[in-house]
Amino acid sequence: MTGAPSGVASAGAISDAGTGPLLSVSGMSVSFAVGSRLAARIKHEQRMLRAIDGVDLDLRRGEALALVGESGSGKSTFALALAGLRPADRGQITFDGRVLPSRRSKSDQRRIQVVFQDPYSSLNPRLTVGGMLRELIRVHHVVPAGEADAYCAQLLTLVGLGEDAMRAYPRQFSGGQRQRVAIARALVLRPEVLIADEPVSALDVSVQATILNLLAELRAELGLTLLLISHNLAVVRHLCDRVAVMYLGRIVEVAPVGQLFSDPRHPYTKGLLAAIPRLTANPAEEAEGGPAVAGDMPSALRIPVGCRFRTRCPIAQELCERADPQLLAEPGNSGHQAACHFAFGSPAPAASANGSVQPY
Amino acid sequence: MTDGDLTAAAAGPASANVLEVSDLHVEISTRRGVVRAVDGVSLQVPRGEAVGLVGESGSGKSMTLRAILGVLPPEAKITAGQIRLDGVDLVPLPGSALNRIRGPKLSMIFQEPMSALNPVMRVGWQIAEGPRVHLGYSRSKAAELAVELMRRVGIPDAERRFKAYPHEFSGGMRQRVMIAIALSCDPEIILCDEPTTALDVTIQDQILRLLARLCRDSGVSLIFVTHDLPVVAQLCQQVAVMYAGELVERGAVHDVLLDPRHPYTLGLVRSAPDVEHVRDSLVPIPGSPPSLVHPPSGCRFHPRCPFVEEDCRVQPTPLRQLPGGRSTACLHYERVVESVEAERIVP
Repeated sequence: MTGAPSGVASAGAISDAGTGPLLSVSGMSVSFAVGSRLAARIKHEQRMLRAIDGVDLDLRRGEALALVGESGSGKSTFALALAGLRPADRGQITFDGRVLPSRRSKSDQRRIQVVFQDPYSSLNPRLTVGGMLRELIRVHHVVPAGEADAYCAQLLTLVGLGEDAMRAYPRQFSGGQRQRVAIARALVLRPEVLIADEPVSALDVSVQATILNLLAELRAELGLTLLLISHNLAVVRHLCDRVAVMYLGRIVEVAPVGQLFSDPRHPYTKGLLAAIPRLTANPAEEAEGGPAVAGDMPSALRIPVGCRFRTRCPIAQELCERADPQLLAEPGNSGHQAACHFAFGSPAPAASANGSVQPY
Repeated sequence: MTDGDLTAAAAGPASANVLEVSDLHVEISTRRGVVRAVDGVSLQVPRGEAVGLVGESGSGKSMTLRAILGVLPPEAKITAGQIRLDGVDLVPLPGSALNRIRGPKLSMIFQEPMSALNPVMRVGWQIAEGPRVHLGYSRSKAAELAVELMRRVGIPDAERRFKAYPHEFSGGMRQRVMIAIALSCDPEIILCDEPTTALDVTIQDQILRLLARLCRDSGVSLIFVTHDLPVVAQLCQQVAVMYAGELVERGAVHDVLLDPRHPYTLGLVRSAPDVEHVRDSLVPIPGSPPSLVHPPSGCRFHPRCPFVEEDCRVQPTPLRQLPGGRSTACLHYERVVESVEAERIVP
């Protein structure tokens, strides 16, 4: 077609040299300007909404990491920034030992792909599935033009759709099938990291299982590193190895999935877990007890001073208003980190000792 | 009582059920033919209890609710059945009579509060509207009641928020406003159409607790439509499972969800990830729900059923009583029992 060299096609090969994380995010912040730009210019003051506010997170090669939190916590913004679809104000992303520039090359873009929540709005209604996939193959030179159709067919079979799907438009598919198309579209570039942003929450219950099983199979088969963004902790427990809990643009707890569910340390995580409806629940007890987490999440325009969870926290103290807790590891267990003064015994010494008070 | 004449007209025997739906049929005319959206559904709602109605989208659960409230879309109509509220059959009633029942006796909470609330009317007055229209309250008395209701549903700073508009509220607070509106005329039963589906898990927990408390304290009954089984377990005493316009199983919540007697219920439970019981892989229900223009013969679930036998394809499967006050539509429910025994749903 374009006659460009097709050498990039082999870029799927992963260098196994490094044992460090495949992808490492440090100090990432993303803000949005809100309110009138004109008024801001006159007053020399722009109101900023800090959607992501200093996030450090590692993604290990081949793992499935979950990012959970309430809506408005910044999960999706983080995914977009990670995929290079939205610029970050601060922080850097290291991929496979190399810092990604703010404007990514095509070959960098290719390595991180996203499956979005709503398969009804994330697929172009005027392109056939084949058209969609061939466009990506052509732009990124994934395989030589002559092999494109065979490659698409193979990919569609992999995600559980027939070759016939090539000639069909998105409207001809059900929700679950559309999500399979979206997954095929993300995989066509042979990414190393797949970000799935609430991939099943727009689907019917009985269909959710098929998509979750597909993601688990693909991960095993292709050795994908998966970042699953979800508000459904049951889904997370089923599919992931590690969990990062996000609250108001910060990571407040990171732990292996088993530890997070059996021994949560941040009061927010505890509340999230307690709020999950259970098949064995008892309505009479429901009526008696207080809520798992009280109140609403504050606006990201007015992030509380000190610990940002303190306005809803059942164990908040005066210290929490004064000092912003840092994400610290449990002594002797670097895999479990929490950003709470009282996460691992009473007040985490490091937080106040090294003067990490950050008055916002 | 403004509806004293209606109550007096009820000749039926006194019963512990606020609402009794019997053999309800709703048909929708479409270009492709007549869709039998609700096909012979019977439900009883005891006073002060919450009844869950679960099923996939398109199973007819929302249509059932709309039929009870008398707000079916113009192309849909009730072709048979009775909906008895306090002994009075609502089906033959004209719109004017229904208007006197909706509010004081029957109200509804919708899934998406932002599209159910009036965006240009202060929420306080939206809550006060029902009492003013239905109960003849004065403006000031209705406003007082609205503030009181806002407090009761847990809206902080009620006097001040009375004057707020819906867009100034968070999703959870809007749903609380919807609940306050539903409660405003002290109804006997509130129909809830997936009221927590659009909410975060923490806010869902708050709303479910609020509804459970209302049920217990004010004796109001609920029909709670959802596709989320654990949510039903959290709130309801009874549950009815709906598939392709029919009820396939009904009974006490813990019996039905933890020890099902219908393969569809079992399929729903096993296909959803459960925090309490992590399985190696989820078991999806194969296939997709059938067209309701030409539903499958015999048991409607038979094309997707792992336990299907010859008679399932031909024999009609009405709901039948089992010991223990529960019912199933499955001809071979023993097979389901065996499967449940083999792998306990919750160990």
